Amino acid sequence: MRYVLLFVETEDYAAQLDALPADERERAYALAGKWFVDHADRLRGANKLQPAETATTVRLGDGDTVVTDGPFVEGKEVVSGYAEVEAENLDEVLGMVRSWPGCPVVEIRPLET
Amino acid sequence: MTAAPSPPGVDGSHAQLARVVREHAGRLAAVLVRLTGDFATAEDLVQDAVVAALQRWPRDGIPERPDAWLFSVARNRGLDGLRRSANYEAKLAQLEPPVPAGPDDRLSLMFTCCHPALSRPAQVALTLRVVCGLTTAQIARAFLVPEATVAQRITRAKRKISGAVIPFRVPDVDELGERLDEVLTVIYLLMNEGYLATAEQAEARDVVEDAEWLAALLHRLMPTEPEVAGLLALIRLHRGRSEARFGPDGDLILLPEQDRSRWDRRAIASATDLLASAARRRRPGPFQLQAAIVACHAEADRWADTDWEQIVLLYDMLLHLAPSPVTRLQRTIALRYAAGPAAALAELEGLAGALDRYHLLHATRAELLRALGRPDQARTADRRALELTSNPAERALLRRRIEWDPP
Repeated sequence: MRYVLLFVETEDYAAQLDALPADERERAYALAGKWFVDHADRLRGANKLQPAETATTVRLGDGDTVVTDGPFVEGKEVVSGYAEVEAENLDEVLGMVRSWPGCPVVEIRPLET
Repeated sequence: MTAAPSPPGVDGSHAQLARVVREHAGRLAAVLVRLTGDFATAEDLVQDAVVAALQRWPRDGIPERPDAWLFSVARNRGLDGLRRSANYEAKLAQLEPPVPAGPDDRLSLMFTCCHPALSRPAQVALTLRVVCGLTTAQIARAFLVPEATVAQRITRAKRKISGAVIPFRVPDVDELGERLDEVLTVIYLLMNEGYLATAEQAEARDVVEDAEWLAALLHRLMPTEPEVAGLLALIRLHRGRSEARFGPDGDLILLPEQDRSRWDRRAIASATDLLASAARRRRPGPFQLQAAIVACHAEADRWADTDWEQIVLLYDMLLHLAPSPVTRLQRTIALRYAAGPAAALAELEGLAGALDRYHLLHATRAELLRALGRPDQARTADRRALELTSNPAERALLRRRIEWDPP
């Protein structure tokens, strides 16, 4: 079964990360990097996204298409990355996500087969 | 008008019917999920069989082998509906009775129904339907919600179980604590639902019986988990006193005024024994502590004999393990008798912000104010409580208090 993990950052988390001294911030990134190595057997590709201000949203309406600046939901929580995972069931994915050392929210979405 | 003939030797009463269905439906569901690997389909088949049983058994009598009866109905429906799929047919063809449920099967079923990836109302509805064999209509009546709402919750939950692949398994040791908490919370909610129910809500009161049955089953399957025993003891302590909680007209009778001779002393004693043996495992938890508090009340022969110091101490331990404003409010009630109404009121004022919308905060405040000789303020607090509860028995009690007050 395939799942996509959507890594979600919050304003608080981003601010905390910014406030860290450079070496601690590096350590936080290294921990996240290690998590990807530890779970390499289940991971089928992952990417970090550029910041939300680089997002462009296109709304396809009846006839008129509207292009706007920013992510599709304006809010304090934004998707900051994703990973595709192959696992037997949701419990395996939950076990994996529980040990995620990075951003404070992860959404797990099963893929359509 | 003549009474319908009832088959000899068969007690076809509503309660008996519910007990038999409950004993067998969950077992059948567990077997079918294990054999087909398909939760949603297995659940549909069992529900069909339960509905058929509830139509036929009152008329024909409860069959000698209810499990075999339910099994063959489920199996035949399964074969009818799924003949197209070679895979299902092969799986269902294995289903020749008797297929005993393994000891872990019903446990797996409970853990699947109470999976944390499902919403709480879905966990509750699924557990009642799948493990206890209640119909959607019965669940809707117990919770006073439209049947369509319950049906939708169940459909969505089953879609999620299939879609996201929520497994049918007993969690590993490292996740067991958290996952067991989910199951215990669902059973606890069922207990509360029935406990607060009034005389008119007979179906909701039956839910307490389901809660006790679930806790007893879980205790049988996980005898070394002290919190399971704690919850079972808590439910039995409540049930042992439930007769005395309502007057002849269905009005609520509070603990100080209850006729303690109507308490079931044997049930209370066996529940406290269960609690004592759980405590010997030296792994205290919120349910054991709550049960210990209720046991303190249940063991007192008279209201005046209540050991309030001990109850305050147990509340302190409970708050240490599971901090909650509602528990702090309950502690203030004990504090009133251990340290006096002024001390209790001072504690309670500290909770006014967190619990402003909770009727029992205001009802308790009213009692303390009345004890302190401030009836006008007490009446205002009771009126506020009245605004915040819709429970008919509680409303009636509050109204009586407001009216009874000397002018």
